[in-house]
Amino acid sequence: MLRFLVQRLALAVPTLVIASMIIFTLQQLLPGDTATALSGEERDPEVIAFIRQKYHLDQPLPVRYALWAGGVLRGDLGESIRLQKPVLDLVVEKLPVTLELACLAMLVALVIGVPMGILSAVKRGTAADTLANGIALWGLSVPNFWLGILMILLFSVHLGWLPASGYVSPFESLSENLRSMAMPAFVLGNAIAAVMMRHTRAAMLGVLGSDYVRTARAKGVSPLRLVLRHALPNAAIPIITLGALEFGQLLSGAVLTEQVFSVPGFGKLMVDAVFNRDYATVQGVVICTATTYVLLNLAADLLAAFVNPKLRRA
Amino acid sequence: MSHVGSPRPGVIGAGTGLPPATGLAPATPPRAEPGPFRAFWNRLTARRSAIVGLVIVVALILMAVFADWIAPYDPIATDWGAIRSSPDWAHPFGTDEVGHDVLSRIVFGARASLGAGLTSVALAVALGLPFGLIAGYAGGILDMLIMRLTDALLAIPFLILAIALAAFLGPSLTNAMVAIGLSATSTFVRLTRAQVQAVAAEEFIEAARAVGNPPWRIALRHILPNIVPAILVQATLTIAAAIIAEASLSFLGLGQQPPEPSWGSMLNVAKNFLEQAPWMAIWPGASIFLAVLAFNLLGDGLRDALDPRQRT
Amino acid sequence: MTESSPKTLLDVRDLGVAFDSEVGAVHAVNGVSYALREGETLGIVGESGSGKSVHVLAMLGLIPRPPGRVTGGEVLFAGRDLLALPERALRKVRGGQIGFVFQDPMSSLNPGMTVAAQIIEPLRIHLGLDGRAARARAKDLLDLVRIPNAAARLDQYPHEFSGGQRQRVMIAIGLSCRPKLLIADEATTALDVTVQAEIIGLVQELKREIGMAIIWITHDLGVVAGIADTVQVMYAGRILERGPVDDVFRDPRSAYTLGLLRSLPDLSRGRAGRRRLHQIEGAPPDMRHPPPGDPFAVRNAYATPRCLAERPPLAQAPGAAPGHLVAAWYDLPARLAAEGVSR
Repeated sequence: MLRFLVQRLALAVPTLVIASMIIFTLQQLLPGDTATALSGEERDPEVIAFIRQKYHLDQPLPVRYALWAGGVLRGDLGESIRLQKPVLDLVVEKLPVTLELACLAMLVALVIGVPMGILSAVKRGTAADTLANGIALWGLSVPNFWLGILMILLFSVHLGWLPASGYVSPFESLSENLRSMAMPAFVLGNAIAAVMMRHTRAAMLGVLGSDYVRTARAKGVSPLRLVLRHALPNAAIPIITLGALEFGQLLSGAVLTEQVFSVPGFGKLMVDAVFNRDYATVQGVVICTATTYVLLNLAADLLAAFVNPKLRRA
Repeated sequence: MSHVGSPRPGVIGAGTGLPPATGLAPATPPRAEPGPFRAFWNRLTARRSAIVGLVIVVALILMAVFADWIAPYDPIATDWGAIRSSPDWAHPFGTDEVGHDVLSRIVFGARASLGAGLTSVALAVALGLPFGLIAGYAGGILDMLIMRLTDALLAIPFLILAIALAAFLGPSLTNAMVAIGLSATSTFVRLTRAQVQAVAAEEFIEAARAVGNPPWRIALRHILPNIVPAILVQATLTIAAAIIAEASLSFLGLGQQPPEPSWGSMLNVAKNFLEQAPWMAIWPGASIFLAVLAFNLLGDGLRDALDPRQRT
Repeated sequence: MTESSPKTLLDVRDLGVAFDSEVGAVHAVNGVSYALREGETLGIVGESGSGKSVHVLAMLGLIPRPPGRVTGGEVLFAGRDLLALPERALRKVRGGQIGFVFQDPMSSLNPGMTVAAQIIEPLRIHLGLDGRAARARAKDLLDLVRIPNAAARLDQYPHEFSGGQRQRVMIAIGLSCRPKLLIADEATTALDVTVQAEIIGLVQELKREIGMAIIWITHDLGVVAGIADTVQVMYAGRILERGPVDDVFRDPRSAYTLGLLRSLPDLSRGRAGRRRLHQIEGAPPDMRHPPPGDPFAVRNAYATPRCLAERPPLAQAPGAAPGHLVAAWYDLPARLAAEGVSR
């Protein structure tokens, strides 16, 4: 188990280092003078001079990267030109909101996707299977920002049941927080639910066709126990590892969902930064997103290893 | 190569409950099999959902190409006399906040959506295929470098990477296409590499090598044709994702710039007028949904028709 | 066997099984009928696709449905028709009165459950045992199948056992509820030759202790010689020959049985002995379109025109021991004699 953990970490570190290089190099794409471009809306020579010095723009690219990466490791993600605040502070402020949204969305995805996948695998070839596959295809194809708009039309504009926007912190009022997060979480979880349904169905079909499930049936095990005790735990490993890859989709989708419902999270921070040419913030958000994504995948790998007795004992 | 329909000849009978042939002469003469393309076409059209997908895709492409003839109005002509007018005979889908005919914008918007979907995936394949071939066939340090790079790119979620790229490149439809294409490239590098490694282990590649074919010839003449089916399936499904991505970027304001029409940017404007003009939001979203659904149906159908082993 | 009044335990009558596929129904089992006495060991031999495994799985509702389906017949077990039983009642039979041992001990045990949990499962379902009692019984069963240090190994997972030990665990599960019938489906095929001999020896010992009837399904006639009272040769979903094991081995009446016997190097004698590892030429028929006559006829050097046209019934072989049945139009001993081959 420990060896497995070390192995996974050893893979994650170079991945993040190279990702940070890519993200850093992005600013080379900026047209014209980098310092002028980085200063965004500001044309104040003082600001431009500050940036030139801050980013060591007189140095060659590898040196600049090393200096920048050293800063990142010490927690210095740069300064937001627009908000006059360290990017790290902004990230720390917004990250919990997006994580709450992502977790709620994952919960929605699991609660809808996994039972539907089990059902359609067990009832393979029946009308229920066809229906479940149809729902999954809908979930995969509907753009989530449009679904968000439709839900606002129905639940906020017509029925007036849920707020169209306005985030409430859970520390202020948990019930209001959940009311404000209900639609965003459902919208964001919808597409992931479809993917989870497909993964679950495929994994369950594989397991249900296995020799040991036949052994269990030959022992006289009831269908319910067959699915829950024999099949599902063995199908869980691919469901967890494949499901974890969907965190990326979740973080991507959060950008749009937050935009539609005006949720003040990571995605909103990024989009606002993009439009204000606040490039340090954009880079900071992308770095943090990539790190979060890699860590979530690592956590899922560990969870999958824990479920797998072969790895747990090793 | 005749392997289009069955990349591994001989496994087709597996799983049908038929006993394996153990002796010399088959008990019944083999029936004439249709050619590989014909067989593929038959399998594809045997699925109703694949046909539906194909028909919608073709219809949308025709709509985009002949937009000038189909659209009843100029999509960027403003009509100050008809602002946010609800659907009627003159404007079946209504008009928007500056009096654009929504139907005409939907028709012309297909150009942005399909164009971006096809162009960005073409870019991703054009970049991903050679790198994947090199990584899979050459192996060694080159493989290692390419893999670490794709690992890193895949660590940044698709749309986040696309948004960041679009942000640094500047907002425009062309830059959105480039951003989406670059973001999707690593998927094709990985897929190509895995396919190449699988095919390269086959005996007929061994045979081609044994008779003295140079590596580039083996890669292009013997391996490439065998991995086309898998790439085609992935490309079709990625077009669906790219259409959503283009719509997303345009929705955020990073893609097609007004007044040029795009389904995503139409939604961006529409969300400010939900109470007053819901039709502005309904039609562009429905169009994106339909296009994405069609490519997903077609992609699923292609996968089933090209690879009987992965049939769901 | 010298039992005083051997009662019939299993009576299979005209069983048929088919699998639906995109290219038409595959008729895997066609009109199979036979009976099994209490305590009898029946060896069923055939190549893959002969229907030997499928027909026993179908009896107990263990084939995937769809695409599989029973097309007809009845299977009386202890007087009840298994095919007519509702699933719930059939579950009581599976693992209780009828135990199973499957081919591949690597894949037939659940990798995510401890060995104890897997042995206890049938004990709880069929005997109502739970907790300590079930665990004690599970340990006794591991002792019974000669797994050393059983108590310590109860909480281990299958991957911590060797191949032979896993098959012993499978046998422990199969015998856990003292079944009247144990069905072993290619139970030793995946094992090394030495381990194979150990497992066969173990099953014979356990049979003496428990007294269950056994159906031993294998493609290896050699295994049958060591374990069975009766042998039954299946081909293309039908029984071609059946009889007391000594009589069938000494005096085969089906050309297919003869071919299988000749492929056993250590049993070949005389001229046949020089043709070691003889292989039967040709392939089995396409079971989507079973041939009208004797299914083996196209591969059979002794086939007559009638064999191709008309299906021979399974009937007492003339001049053979009572109960030695064959489905053949040709007279194998006469043909062999004419060739000058002495068997």
